[in-house]
Amino acid sequence: MTASKQPKGESEKVVEKKMKPITALRLQRMIGLVIALFLLLAAVFLSLMVGAKPLSFSVVWEALFSSVNSYDYTIIHESRIPRTIIALAVGPAFGLAGAVIQALTRNPLADPGILGVNAGAAFAVALAVGVFSITSITSYIWFALVGAFVATIAIYFIGGGAGKKSPSPEQIVLAGVAMAAALNGITTALSLINSRAFAGMLNWRIGSIARKGLEDLWPILPFLVIGLIVALAIAPALNAIAFGDDRASSLGVNVNRMRILGLIAVTLLAGGATAIAGPIVFIGLMVPHCVRWFVGPDQPWIFLYSVVVAPLILLLSDIIGRVVMSPAEVPVGIITGFVGAPILLILVRRRKVSSL
Amino acid sequence: MDRIDFGRKYIHLKGPVKLRLDVRSMSVTAIFLAAVLALGLFSLMVGTLKLSIVEVFSAFSGELTGLKRTVVIDWRLPRVIAAIVFGAGLAISGAIFQSITRNPLGSPDILGFTSGSYTGALVVMLVIKSMSFTTIAFGSLIGGFATAIIIYLFAFRNGTQGFRLIIVGIAISTVLGSINSMLLLQSKAEVALTAGAWGVGSLNGIDWYHVLPGILLVLVLLILAVIMNRPLREMELGKDASKSHGVHFERTQFLLILIAVALTAVATAIMGPVTFVALAAPQIALRFTNTAESLAPTAAVGAFVLLSADVLAQRMIPGMILPVGVLTLSLGGLYLVWLLFHQARSTV
Repeated sequence: MTASKQPKGESEKVVEKKMKPITALRLQRMIGLVIALFLLLAAVFLSLMVGAKPLSFSVVWEALFSSVNSYDYTIIHESRIPRTIIALAVGPAFGLAGAVIQALTRNPLADPGILGVNAGAAFAVALAVGVFSITSITSYIWFALVGAFVATIAIYFIGGGAGKKSPSPEQIVLAGVAMAAALNGITTALSLINSRAFAGMLNWRIGSIARKGLEDLWPILPFLVIGLIVALAIAPALNAIAFGDDRASSLGVNVNRMRILGLIAVTLLAGGATAIAGPIVFIGLMVPHCVRWFVGPDQPWIFLYSVVVAPLILLLSDIIGRVVMSPAEVPVGIITGFVGAPILLILVRRRKVSSL
Repeated sequence: MDRIDFGRKYIHLKGPVKLRLDVRSMSVTAIFLAAVLALGLFSLMVGTLKLSIVEVFSAFSGELTGLKRTVVIDWRLPRVIAAIVFGAGLAISGAIFQSITRNPLGSPDILGFTSGSYTGALVVMLVIKSMSFTTIAFGSLIGGFATAIIIYLFAFRNGTQGFRLIIVGIAISTVLGSINSMLLLQSKAEVALTAGAWGVGSLNGIDWYHVLPGILLVLVLLILAVIMNRPLREMELGKDASKSHGVHFERTQFLLILIAVALTAVATAIMGPVTFVALAAPQIALRFTNTAESLAPTAAVGAFVLLSADVLAQRMIPGMILPVGVLTLSLGGLYLVWLLFHQARSTV
């Protein structure tokens, strides 16, 4: 009798264990988010301090809150504040775009960089600069958006999204890489043909957030904000889509509408961010994954965390880029490629284990 | 019955060298070689200085002297020969890798050997600051092999598992690409020189002095590859079957990988990373011949692809010579997209 009782007690315990953490989990997630915000704040200050000329915290503080007309003041206001703000604007965009694509395609390897969405936007910008001689960002942002949109649609169709049987995540990734390679080739050709127009865009082609001022950010910002709002708005519905299209619609989710909204969000986020920072890869892949390890499979939380963690990682990568070859700088796109690729390796290996 | 019916037409050579030649493969090879010859002649004739075909021939025979001879023999010929030989070399390298991995996508450019070789070459050029061909080729070889070992550790362990191998290759290519960009950025003068090309392979400014050792090396490697072709075909049957046919599996595989990596490394040491020739040429040859028995059609197609890409890169935009790598990257990328699209629709 005791033997039969014990399992029952154990199963009750299991249920208890599963039930109890819901509030605890929420608390844990809240605390995590606050910690992440503090880390982000620390990264912001670090980003203001580190560079070719290292500045102490007190100097930064002074320059921020009083107007001393010194050399350090100029460095902070002309160079470091703009790039930090751009990282804060662009980071969440890349991170969220990755989270949305991963949720929509149910593909853990999806990322706007890997799938060629960023390359599409970059190609369209190169077209605008090289062929139509458009150099103001207010004009070529439209090209970037169209490029990102077309690339997203193309991947969707190559990946057989409209067909009956869906190919494996790896196949879609490969299609994206191939498309990105082709687009990069044409972008390079364009930049060679009209090298004068691209003279100042070498860093942009690799992905860089170093900019002289913030004038270029303002026209982009509305697009990023709209993308952010759309992405956060559809996050709860994406939880249902994780069960599959049929079950999602039986749960009352309009799958097609969510798809279209998701597509719009990805286009605005990835296209807008690429227009200003260039095709930065792997942020959209790494961030949602790292976040998922912590918060579990709950899209609204993943999205919220991505918004905070992505700029954190982007800023840290940028700081690394400033330090490794000091006084020269390495564009952040190179650093994220360096940091992100091993994560892709780990993911591929883990997937094999889990599929067994 | 003194002949076996293989289901295809064959020519049997008798006498001291006994050979069985597949008619279709041979005709495909001949057609592509003829195209290569015609394109090569055309490439010698056109340019800023236009020459007639008679002038080109008399430059060869030595009747023509002076500037025109210099243009043909010293400026244009090395470029054409390099495109033909390296094209063939890359194609064979691709064919060997695709056969070993049994995957049409398992070519050295996708797997990252090309990037790895280029990293090695760059380290020699920019960090050790040596410009001699021997050291650059050596660095490029080491880079290629190091990449091969890393990929082996990550993906080959329990046999190559299709797409996982490819993804590992892509990830490693990305890291290596980052390293390459960083190396190029570090040395400002080099950046100025290569700013345009940015690590896309190019045949611009090639001359005999730089290219001759590479061409000879590739030719030797091609001969080795032809000798190793028989065991390579046996290996496609699988490990056990090929062993029972008397193939020393591990040793043969190692030798073949050695040859294939070396082919890519030598070509990369001279041209930089020219991608997609190795990926596309074996598949194009396969489509025409319907058999992968002989390496000759693959080599001919590779030579044709690289030469025509180079001619196109030189002529496409007036007054401007594009690096050939840009062209192969764009066309090859589109080809790969098509290939995947096709695969996704047709295979189960």
